[in-house]
Amino acid sequence: MAVTQVFGARVRRREDPRLIRGTATYTDDVTLPGLCYAAFVRSPHAHARILRVDTSRARSAPGVLGVFTAQDLEGKVNSIPCGWQVPNCDLKTPPHPPLARDKVRFVGDAVAVVVAESRAQAYDAAELVEVDYEVLPAVVDTEAALQSATLVHDDVPQNRVLLWSVKGGDFEAAAREPGVRVVRQRLVNQRLIPNAMETRAATAQYNPGTGELTLWVTSQNPHIARVILSGVLSFPEHKLRVIAPEVGGGFGSKIPVYPEEAVVAHLATRLARPVKWAETRRENYLSTIHGRDHITDAEIAVRPDGTVVGLRVRTLANFGAYLSTAAPAIPTILYGLVLSGPYRIPNIDCEVTGVFTNTTPTDAYRGAGRPEATYVLERMMDLAARELGMDPAEIRRRNLIPKDQFPYTVATGITYDSGDYARALDRALEILDYPKVRAEQAAARQQGRYLGIGLSTYVEICGAGPSKVVGATGFAGGLWESAVVRFSPTGKVTVFTGTSPHGQGEETTFAQIVSQELGVPLDDVEVLHGDTDSILMGWGTYGSRTTPVGGTAVYLAAQKVKEKAQRIAAHQLEVSVDDLVFENGRFHVRGAPDRGMTIQEVALQAYLAWNLPEGMEPGLEGQANWDPSNFVFPFGTHACVVEVDPETGQVRILRYVAVDDCGRVINPLIVDGQVHGGIVQGVAQALWEAARYDPAGNLLTGSMADYAVPKASWLPHLECDRTETPTPVNPLGVKGVGETGTIAATPCVVNAVMDALSPLGIRHLDMPLWPERVWQAIRQAKGGAA
Amino acid sequence: MTGVRVSMTVNGVEYTRDVEPRTLLVYFLREHLGLTGTHVGCDTSTCGACTVLMDGKAVKSCTVLAVQAEGARITTVEGLARDGELHPIQQAFWDEHGLQCGFCTPGMMLAAVDLLQRNPNPTEDEIRHALEGNLCRCTGYQHIVNAVKAAARAMGAAVGAPAGGE
Amino acid sequence: MIPATFEYVRARSVREAISLLQQHGGRAKLLAGGHSLLPLMKLRLSQPEMLIDLGPVDELRGIREEGGSLVIGALTTHDEVANSPLVRERVPLLAECASQIGDVQVRNRGTIGGNLAHADPAADYPAAVLALEAQMECEGPAGIRTVPASQWFVDLLTTALGPDEVLCRLRVPVQTLGQGWSYTKLPHPASGYSLLGVACLVTVDGGVCRDARVAVTGAGPKAVRLAKVEQALVGGRLDEAAVAEAARLASDGLEATDDLYASAEYKRHLAVVYTKRALLRAVERARG
Repeated sequence: MAVTQVFGARVRRREDPRLIRGTATYTDDVTLPGLCYAAFVRSPHAHARILRVDTSRARSAPGVLGVFTAQDLEGKVNSIPCGWQVPNCDLKTPPHPPLARDKVRFVGDAVAVVVAESRAQAYDAAELVEVDYEVLPAVVDTEAALQSATLVHDDVPQNRVLLWSVKGGDFEAAAREPGVRVVRQRLVNQRLIPNAMETRAATAQYNPGTGELTLWVTSQNPHIARVILSGVLSFPEHKLRVIAPEVGGGFGSKIPVYPEEAVVAHLATRLARPVKWAETRRENYLSTIHGRDHITDAEIAVRPDGTVVGLRVRTLANFGAYLSTAAPAIPTILYGLVLSGPYRIPNIDCEVTGVFTNTTPTDAYRGAGRPEATYVLERMMDLAARELGMDPAEIRRRNLIPKDQFPYTVATGITYDSGDYARALDRALEILDYPKVRAEQAAARQQGRYLGIGLSTYVEICGAGPSKVVGATGFAGGLWESAVVRFSPTGKVTVFTGTSPHGQGEETTFAQIVSQELGVPLDDVEVLHGDTDSILMGWGTYGSRTTPVGGTAVYLAAQKVKEKAQRIAAHQLEVSVDDLVFENGRFHVRGAPDRGMTIQEVALQAYLAWNLPEGMEPGLEGQANWDPSNFVFPFGTHACVVEVDPETGQVRILRYVAVDDCGRVINPLIVDGQVHGGIVQGVAQALWEAARYDPAGNLLTGSMADYAVPKASWLPHLECDRTETPTPVNPLGVKGVGETGTIAATPCVVNAVMDALSPLGIRHLDMPLWPERVWQAIRQAKGGAA
Repeated sequence: MTGVRVSMTVNGVEYTRDVEPRTLLVYFLREHLGLTGTHVGCDTSTCGACTVLMDGKAVKSCTVLAVQAEGARITTVEGLARDGELHPIQQAFWDEHGLQCGFCTPGMMLAAVDLLQRNPNPTEDEIRHALEGNLCRCTGYQHIVNAVKAAARAMGAAVGAPAGGE
Repeated sequence: MIPATFEYVRARSVREAISLLQQHGGRAKLLAGGHSLLPLMKLRLSQPEMLIDLGPVDELRGIREEGGSLVIGALTTHDEVANSPLVRERVPLLAECASQIGDVQVRNRGTIGGNLAHADPAADYPAAVLALEAQMECEGPAGIRTVPASQWFVDLLTTALGPDEVLCRLRVPVQTLGQGWSYTKLPHPASGYSLLGVACLVTVDGGVCRDARVAVTGAGPKAVRLAKVEQALVGGRLDEAAVAEAARLASDGLEATDDLYASAEYKRHLAVVYTKRALLRAVERARG
């Protein structure tokens, strides 16, 4: 049988036929006999005491099966826990009731839930639930939270969630070094709304006969959801089945376990009817987590030759009203530890203060901490370059960790695996034709046009592990991954993975790994995920871990299959195991290619079990649990060219170049897609997206007609290339690539715009670079009317 | 609530149902006809996930009442393929990796079909503008644009190939 | 979201729609393409008890030329306006404006009558119909009356349309030789409505501006003509400096409201910039 090289091939995705034919099943597509619908009643106030909830009108509305408040869930649905108890930071974890009990703490906090025969009836009845509120002053502003007399949680003084720090070297001493200049800047990293195209949804079914509760839910990590929900619902875990069916994007927002899915699961048992809830987009904006929301005072200490000797940051992070599942790790471990980026910075000092506010909770949003760190670092590098009158490419090159120094331990204590950072920088500059675009910029300036060139060199940290280390950071779980590779008697292969891809394409990537390793045709491999009943265990898809961690588990499971198959083949061919060669899916005797068995023939023999080696169990499958020895560290350089319209402040991206290195590439087509998507989300933060509240805590950007999700026409053709530096951390040599674009793109674009505006003396503007903000800055720089 | 009788042709099949007047076309398709390939992604007529062809033109089925579609010909994603053969736009989205999570994809493809009917050979810029009514959060649009270009080539090559499904 | 319940009636004629409006008073609303009304109803910001669907009323469709004007039925979609050869030839300003409304799907479904009757302060058409000096033909119990565009837009979401009247068609004077036109907008990044949009029509004869009409939408509660700009243009030569000078007056007395993406101050500034840009484009076209 002809088996082509599948590792590294631009293989079309196997998940696509069902998606392009419209036959995929997302959570809201699940239909069940007797299905009824839930709708939540949400607080219109950011902060209020609940005086009275009157459900009587709603109860008697057409089709209503029940209306429930916090009291009705007492003892049935417990507080929603936080799953990442970061140590040594005085972390406060106030209770998070599934329905607000005494107080509501953000606009959108759920107060009651209605179940009715139809979706429309549920919405109708939800409007009839009467809630009397005593409106309280709200604390909305991040900076005001620490000083506010208003407390989001009575037992959390100063609204302070945590105070976390990491320190390596001595920043103060470095800053005092003769000749060193310290450049300071305050940087706001605004709040964003993740905007997965599929909103959250949950469908639950309880079988009183078996005692089994099945929950279809829009989750990036169904096993984590099962563990948490079994606790929240006091429901035996082995009777709880969580299925993440087709999931329409997540970007971190579907990592957390939310109150609604717990409540819906409970209601299915309580009503003995299957219950579905699907979030409206309005609800999604209010009650699904938001991301970012930092204010940082940063100082970079740099020698006259451009050598960076220190970085100090003081960051204020807004957690919103409750601690979401992974929230404490985002502005701490996933932020502070990566502040060195791709550079040798001997002295780093980072202190993070987290605050509660009466806003939607924040948690992981694509990149989760790493974009925030990269933004700080890459803006500061540019500001340092400008201070010194140095080219931004040059200051970066001077500080990059040289390729011969890996593994390299940065001042924050983590050890980078592998890299050739300068090569990616060079390649990006080459594609851009850096000297040429600089010349074009100079010429444009002569004509009064404002062109800017931006660079961003970055390193990402992803594929977290080992579990022991992650556990020490307070994560209430492991970050290893499981895989089963199972032959069927007819020689087809099923792969079970504990990761839970929802657009990232690992059904294809993993099939490529198996096809490559076992020599079976791609079409003979099925990859299953997202069902706690069929998959042993798993930790889900996020943090760019799926391929480096989950893929490695698949690879190792395939090796076990191959080893067993080889033993069977050797036995049946009556040669020693060492005498067999495995080529293109077939074992043959070394030097006698005619004497052999295909792996499919071996599979059949394994199941027939008529003639197996003594003591061998029948069947042919391999199972592996892979716990990585370290994180992996993708890196790269992004570069772009922008033009600012000085009359209106509008920014147009003329070119965008990305050179990323995610180690070995299994499927370049999929990697390109991941990079593109990441870039656009990163660009969007720089230029368009921002969640905005009014002082009372109302979300002003409360719909897709208010919040600017990027459209195709706003973006240029993306120019992507790669370098390939394998990681030694896993046998595949692969690093994650799901978040690189987002991490790199934001500072790249902001740097470009600031570069464009530099002739006007404009040093920094906070994101998003909405036209008015840019125009105002230009006008001020020109001294009055534009 | 009294129902209103509505008849329409969906993917070549005629359906007659009694519906509440407030039933949006998208829920009619999804919940009355079981055609769940058409998705709901927002509530402000912005995202385009619910796009279907109505009498050959792309519309947002979340902003059309089912009763307004009386007598109309509707094509949903389920109606794009013919006799099991993928429509060129489907084939191109597959070949060019024009989708990731797939949620926006049905609407995106139908908007692209509308474009290619009007403009069989669009430029990259024209494609990007024609897709302004469809949001995708995964792909960054580049592969979608590539897919529409590829579909245009394929459809141009297959002379006389129908642009729309149904 | 799903709208609250309502009664639904299909009107078969304008007369029937009027009589239904008379019967049901303020409880009923007319439904055309639904692209202004249904979004509000889905969010339950509007909860009419009855919808009178004008969809089946064929007399509200069609585009024809009649006595120096184009007569455009209220149910004509934005896409039909944008792509009608007749509109593109006779009132290209209107076609250009229509082609910039919302997105393809919205243009395929939204209607010119619905748009003008709803009178969203950031809609695009209002600027164009003001500049074109179109006439709205409304039919009510007392018969047909014609309202000039200048009197149509009363206030935020409020027009001269009576409670039991139907906006049936527009009469748009055809553009003449020597007239240049442009519709230029800065779209709201999320909704696609105009943060600011400028429609203009200039008549140039022997290099001199004989007539100028400039209207702006998106700035304040309703679209308005920029009389000062127009006056500054008429009688003068339309070189770049003169146009820029006149455009400067666009912000003079312009009522503007703050919103998230654009303060009133910025909108006034945009009015100047977009007026200049629209005029320069129009002048270029007038030169042919």
